Amino acid sequence: MAEYTLKVRRYQPESGAGAYWEEFKVELDPSLSVLDGLLQAKDRDDGSLSVRCSCRAAICGSCGMKINGQSGLGCKTQIGEAQHQADRRPSPDSATPIVIEPMGNMPVIKDLITDMESTHWTKIRRVTPWLLPHGEPPEREYAVEPESMIDITQSMACIQCGACVSSCLSMEADPDFIGPAALAKAYRFVGDPRDAETKERLHDLAHDPHGIYDCTHCFSCVDACPKGVAPMDQIMRLRRKAVEEEVDDDPNNGYNHVTAFVRMIEKKGTNDEALLVQESYALGWKGKLKPSMRAIKGLLESLPTVLRAIKTGKARSPAKVIPGIHPKLPGGAQGEVRAIYKHAEQHREEFNIYIEGEEDVEPEPDETETEETTA
Amino acid sequence: MKLAYWPGCVSRGFTTELHGSMAFTAEKLGIELVELDRANCCGAGIIAEHNQELADTLNARTFALAQQTGLAMMNICSTCQGAQSECQQRLDADSAYRAHINEALAGGGLEYVKGKDGFTNKNFLWLLVEDYGLERLAEKIVRPLSGLRVGPFYGCYVVRPKERLGYDEHPERDLYLEQVIEVLGGEVVEYDGARKCCGFPVIMMNRETSLRQAGTHVGDALDAGADCLVTPCPLCHLNLDMQQPEAAKIVNRDLGLAVLHLPQLVGLALGAEPKQLGMSKHIASTKWVEERLASPATA
Repeated sequence: MAEYTLKVRRYQPESGAGAYWEEFKVELDPSLSVLDGLLQAKDRDDGSLSVRCSCRAAICGSCGMKINGQSGLGCKTQIGEAQHQADRRPSPDSATPIVIEPMGNMPVIKDLITDMESTHWTKIRRVTPWLLPHGEPPEREYAVEPESMIDITQSMACIQCGACVSSCLSMEADPDFIGPAALAKAYRFVGDPRDAETKERLHDLAHDPHGIYDCTHCFSCVDACPKGVAPMDQIMRLRRKAVEEEVDDDPNNGYNHVTAFVRMIEKKGTNDEALLVQESYALGWKGKLKPSMRAIKGLLESLPTVLRAIKTGKARSPAKVIPGIHPKLPGGAQGEVRAIYKHAEQHREEFNIYIEGEEDVEPEPDETETEETTA
Repeated sequence: MKLAYWPGCVSRGFTTELHGSMAFTAEKLGIELVELDRANCCGAGIIAEHNQELADTLNARTFALAQQTGLAMMNICSTCQGAQSECQQRLDADSAYRAHINEALAGGGLEYVKGKDGFTNKNFLWLLVEDYGLERLAEKIVRPLSGLRVGPFYGCYVVRPKERLGYDEHPERDLYLEQVIEVLGGEVVEYDGARKCCGFPVIMMNRETSLRQAGTHVGDALDAGADCLVTPCPLCHLNLDMQQPEAAKIVNRDLGLAVLHLPQLVGLALGAEPKQLGMSKHIASTKWVEERLASPATA
């Protein structure tokens, strides 16, 4: 048994007052959960302390909350571990409390209970989260090879707890962002072999200004998810599929940016920033396509930034302002990069550790190649 | 200390002051850098959006080039660290996959070997704390940054995902900037954005979301009394510094906060003049930092 202080962000709408902090002292075994601590405080100190919970075993997804700023499940976070995290940045006065807040990016109804409907479920419905098969339905079930479903098992592991939504840094800046939970759900159907509207789904999500290209790659949702769904990885899969399916006319420059970047490294080996900016707004502009009004607007918007960079000397060399004159890698190295492109574009293997697992046998550092290939 | 050095693309592109200040700071610290000038872009997570195997192979090539030198590898970009760690995790997970990737490197006489003796890939921040050591750093300081209030800004790719980035072995990696600032004699400014996203990855796709993130964090740091920010990531620097005047328009307030690259902050404490560290190239003026260092008593 150990004693812990829980510093809880409270909000009681019926009181008419704003949100406030309250500390509760609890006593329990370090291996028990933060949720157990909260329930003890509710039982012994204040019955009005409100928290959603049901299974207490990371299955139902009810007890999403922020613990020391990290979004996750109260029932899956051991209180001893939470104290350890809190102690990493000790408060100057007394014992450092474990800080517990309601989930972020959604309205608070009461104490730790958030409104899942207005944010989470609305966004989930936005991605048409059901199967859209074409043709006459089969007499019995839709039969598919089990192997063809493996790819989406990771996104199917979602328990709809909202921890990823709570942690999303893009949504903090753009509340309209469809967000990690809904986009992971979208991949569950995009990757489903029974669904017949893959391209339409991808087109929809790529064209939405708050869709797949609004994710900043920050990995917050990956750390928040209690079930290993890695929503950001699913968003990257959606982007990969969108490019594969040639959804190439999105107004967010998503297709252009990825395609320009990939081509540029094949030609130059390192980033030619001037070329990347130009091509991201208008891919293949040089003599191939006419720039759209949108591309011209984008380029004009970036002009003051470029001019400032020229003024301070940040971008004063010709290679930094003239697209395409950036040097290649030296001494045959560019040829090696091109050979890599040839090999990788031919195979396009997508290794997923969630599905494949990691080999538990650590190979010896001096292991020979023959042994490796037979392993 | 001698290291295989991957400077990344941006430190030789729009943030040349980072490349220059790293060279200065490494020399003062007595670190010899062997630049991997044949190595390629890490893909910044974008190449993996197109073809994951391509990103994995390109980074396997960089690792193999570093392994050829027999030295540990250092990068100076959080984004390189994140993209490379992600590829390395997949390469290390499965010997058959690794062998497949190595096929593409064989033509150039290269091979990535898992767990090769002495091979690690660390950002300058990690290297400074874990291998160089803060005590040794303290001995080199000739001008403590007394009175300078510094807000740390990590960059997502050195703080998340924890499971991939070695936090089991090094649980304090997301506290290193604070530790370095304190050793250099500066004062750590706590503010909301230190471990949040600068927004740079979507600057071409959703300019407003991107600049709102940058502008919010700079504003929060100013409100918390920061004299400057420090970051180990040049892409964060692009959004926080180069785009700062544009970000100010989006968040509708005056900004104007110097953003230093980590080697610049260390370089100042090692006695360099701001100009030597390329600070005059920044978009957000670094004058206030210079004034603070000249007369810490005004703090």
